[in-house]
Amino acid sequence: MAQTQVAVQDVTDQLIEKYGYDDHFHDHHDGDKYQSNFITHYVFSMDHKMIAKQFLITGMFWAFIGGLLSLVFRLQLGFPAEDMAWLKPFFGKWIVLNDAGVGTLSPEFYYAMVTMHGTILVFFVLTAGLSGTFSNLLIPLQIGARDMASPFLNMLSYWFFFLAGAVLFFSLFLSTGAFSGGWVAYPPLSALPQAASGSGAGMTLWLLSLTLFVVSVLLGGINYVSTILNMRTKGLSMWRLPLTIWAFLVTAIIGLLSFPVLVSGFLLLFFDRSVGTSFYLSEIYIGGQALDHVGGSPILYQHLFWFLGHPEVYIIILPAMGIVSEVLAIHSRKPIFGYKAMVFSILAIGFLSFLVWAHHMFVSGINPYMAMIFVLFTLIIAVPSAVKVFNWLATLYGGSIRFNSANLFAIGFVSMFISGGLTGIFLGNSAIDIQLHDTYFVVAHFHIVMGVAAFFGLFAGVYHWFPKMYGRFMNEFLGKVHFWFTLIGAYLIFWPMHYLGIAGVPRRYYSFDNFESFAHFGGMNQFITIAAVLVFIVQLIFVINFFYSIWYGRKVKVKNPWGATTLEWTTPIKPGHGNWPGKIPTIHRWSYDYSKDGRDFISQIEPLSEEEKKTAHH
Amino acid sequence: MIALLVLLCLILLVIVVIQIGRISEVAGMIRGEEDIERDSNYWNSRLGLVFMVLFLLASVGSAIYYKNYMLGYGPHEAASIHGLAMDQLFNMTLFFTGIVFIITQIILFWFAYKYRGVKGQRALHISHDNKLEVIWTAIPAVVMAILVVFGLNTWNEIMQDIDPDGDHIEIEMTAYQFGWIARYPGADGVFGARDYQQITGRNPLGQVWEDPANHDDMHTNEIVLPVNRQVKFRLTARDVLHSFFLPHFRVKMDCVPGTPTFFVFTPTKTTEEYRRELSKYAEYQVREDPNDPTSPMLWETFNYELACAELCGTGHFSMRMIVRVVEEAEYKAWLENQSSYYLTSIRNTDFDPFKGMEIEIDELSEASEGGDEEEETDLSDYDELEAEAEGSGSLSEVNTNID
Ligand code: HEM
Ligand SMILES: [Cu+2]
Ligand SMILES: [Cu+2]
Repeated sequence: MAQTQVAVQDVTDQLIEKYGYDDHFHDHHDGDKYQSNFITHYVFSMDHKMIAKQFLITGMFWAFIGGLLSLVFRLQLGFPAEDMAWLKPFFGKWIVLNDAGVGTLSPEFYYAMVTMHGTILVFFVLTAGLSGTFSNLLIPLQIGARDMASPFLNMLSYWFFFLAGAVLFFSLFLSTGAFSGGWVAYPPLSALPQAASGSGAGMTLWLLSLTLFVVSVLLGGINYVSTILNMRTKGLSMWRLPLTIWAFLVTAIIGLLSFPVLVSGFLLLFFDRSVGTSFYLSEIYIGGQALDHVGGSPILYQHLFWFLGHPEVYIIILPAMGIVSEVLAIHSRKPIFGYKAMVFSILAIGFLSFLVWAHHMFVSGINPYMAMIFVLFTLIIAVPSAVKVFNWLATLYGGSIRFNSANLFAIGFVSMFISGGLTGIFLGNSAIDIQLHDTYFVVAHFHIVMGVAAFFGLFAGVYHWFPKMYGRFMNEFLGKVHFWFTLIGAYLIFWPMHYLGIAGVPRRYYSFDNFESFAHFGGMNQFITIAAVLVFIVQLIFVINFFYSIWYGRKVKVKNPWGATTLEWTTPIKPGHGNWPGKIPTIHRWSYDYSKDGRDFISQIEPLSEEEKKTAHH
Repeated sequence: MIALLVLLCLILLVIVVIQIGRISEVAGMIRGEEDIERDSNYWNSRLGLVFMVLFLLASVGSAIYYKNYMLGYGPHEAASIHGLAMDQLFNMTLFFTGIVFIITQIILFWFAYKYRGVKGQRALHISHDNKLEVIWTAIPAVVMAILVVFGLNTWNEIMQDIDPDGDHIEIEMTAYQFGWIARYPGADGVFGARDYQQITGRNPLGQVWEDPANHDDMHTNEIVLPVNRQVKFRLTARDVLHSFFLPHFRVKMDCVPGTPTFFVFTPTKTTEEYRRELSKYAEYQVREDPNDPTSPMLWETFNYELACAELCGTGHFSMRMIVRVVEEAEYKAWLENQSSYYLTSIRNTDFDPFKGMEIEIDELSEASEGGDEEEETDLSDYDELEAEAEGSGSLSEVNTNID
């Protein structure tokens, strides 16, 4: 085994030497200006691999914070009668003590926690942490480029993300509290400081933070798109790209087209807040005062927000889909089934994601006739989603599946995506959505299909590419423990929420005691909270495993430990700047030649055999 | 102290996890990676099967367990005409998606199990199959088409405005932080004009008192509807977005400041009938307070409720109003007992543009034609409404902005 691996490794080097092309990258030996000292290597790094790690670890930090916040508000929902005074040392005045010294979360605080949790998870963790990490890591490595088109913009992209995070983090400590109007920030609630204490300084910082974040996404996106389109190595036509790259490409394009619209929406909101314009405000009486604003429409904001907001959910899930496609194929030792259909599904989803935004607004007061178009497109988008699921299932068929942590999470992703995608079909039908909108059914839907599924994609990617990032493996046993408890736990948390939703229980309720109709579920809410705490603790296993393995994990001894066909595994075990020490490899075949012609896998850099040339269609 | 304890637990966790990791690593070294991998395939593929079976059983079982709490099932059939169509659509979707859910989850874990890596096995090189792919693109397309057609049909019916010649009633709902104001149009059937600039504590809707149509408009602290009669709710909000949500009638529509919205439906079950339905189910044959044998049964205290379904601030969760559906006669009697807000709270005060003048008001009710005393009581009615909004959240911060 080891013997053959060494042989394979030699073949890789020989192939690169023989067929690769020399871009004279290493000719100038004036020291590596990219990683010459600590600051340029670890902090203001321009190396895409280091930036990927920065995105990942920052994302993990935010996942920890965001998860912790969710536990705080889950405690309120699960144990509303319990004494929370013990949280006072951490949260101060937001824990209100009554005369008997029994503490409760204040509602402002509850809503701020919910809002911050949503904002952090959607943007900082699942957008930046997922797409930022893997686009940066994989795009140059899998297309045979030395680095991104603009390493400098790439570095800026990370630091704008960092700044966005710093601003939001700071807003958590404001005396008026962080923004508390929900992650969608609908005006007038978000526009009027009189409407909620979090809508004051908290909202200003929220807007600033997200605007910085959009700058980060745009800088990254421009880079990803131009790198993929222009810097593929010789022979790597679009139809030979691994699905990861297709997914990152479409993700970046969607981001470039939709995030600016969000910013324009934010800009108008900013004007309404500070210059007295009335884009979103009309006929408002608040705080004992009638405001001057007339003629604006709060619904306009919702259009602008969801024009990003819906594509955003695909910005989150597409990279996960790409990762899962890659991981499933490699560890099943099979080509991804229906490669072209997969690509067209990604393109179709990307395109259609711009035509469905108003399905979040069926009962917001839009014209019912307009809703009809959005029902149509929303249910059409389920078709390419279904095609992808069938293709993943067919990829498993006839495979020789390895059950390592990466692949387990990929399989778990498919399970989650099925469960959550199907509930989307209920919501996409406007007539049903009248009832389900803004209930826990929606919470269940998007946590399963987006939250958990995207996390699974992230985990699959981390377990799979950790050897490429750090030259070591993560611990498999701990990885599997992590997987099974997370899979079961995630369903335990979110599955019961469907029932809450069908029973009509609205989301974003601080307490259910005021309504007879919603008060039956104390037991269930307790159950969900306990499950959430346990799942959070299980994630710590991952964190420990991650950091322990960086320094003490089992060492990777061969270049291509998974037996994968793609280019990143032709680099040295710990690639330096420029990724390949000599020539850049060239490509001779698509990325999924697994179990072909009696061979376990055939690397993309291996030329077609005479036989293959005769029958080739890739 | 607590921080210390938490820290200690964390450190313990780290140590335990690392030790487990180490042990498994050592075991791997002793037994060889390949052996371990095959073992892992064996166990994890089986675990997947076990998970799949338990997951499917639990999902179906729990659904059955909670059935009588969920709207659309057991006692909770929709209490409105369109609600029944909606529930049907829901169940139709559940049928299709349920089948897909079960089949695909089974296939996923079954394939994973069946094709787990075993020694000496080679995977098949299958890259695509055009025929198969066309089929499984077509099937969801057809199912979606069916759902769209039924869905849009239902949607269009629900979204119809009232039949102008029909016999319907209209109610205006105004949402504010954090409560509702219901306005009935009175004998003339017309809502008087409003101007948000004129809103004050005394005039919570900003009614323009010069408009005679306002003089018989009534504010009520509950919504009472005659059964089987179409009702059009005109919806608006005073400050931020709210959403008018009547779960039992399958009604939801946002209340938008500056943009009027509406929802039309027909309630089909009186509150009494709904209670009788509930009384047949064990879930509702329990005491409201399980520890107090004299407290009423759950079904006895049932009420239709209005809730807010759009985050509107700290008191969002407390915006409750009771909805009573009654027989036509009872509705009439109730209506006659309500009095015009103008008469009870504005007439002949400094706010009244017709102060001291004779005006003619066509009132439904006898009661409100009384003297000052009546006005006093009705005013306090309004205060009560206010107090309710304030108290129901058991919140100190809920500010109602009235007064
Ligand atoms: C089968 C395809 C899907 C359909 C038909 C669908 C449909 C819908 C609809 C109609 C809503 C609005 C529900 C409401 O607020 O009343 C919704 C909410 C949502 N969906 Fe999906 N969805 C699908 C897949 C996805 C995927 C793949 C993701 C993410 C990866 C996703 C993420 C979300 C999120 C985040 C929300 C809630 C946003 C919020 O209100 O906070 N959905 N979905
Ligand atoms: Cu959407
Ligand atoms: Cu509300």
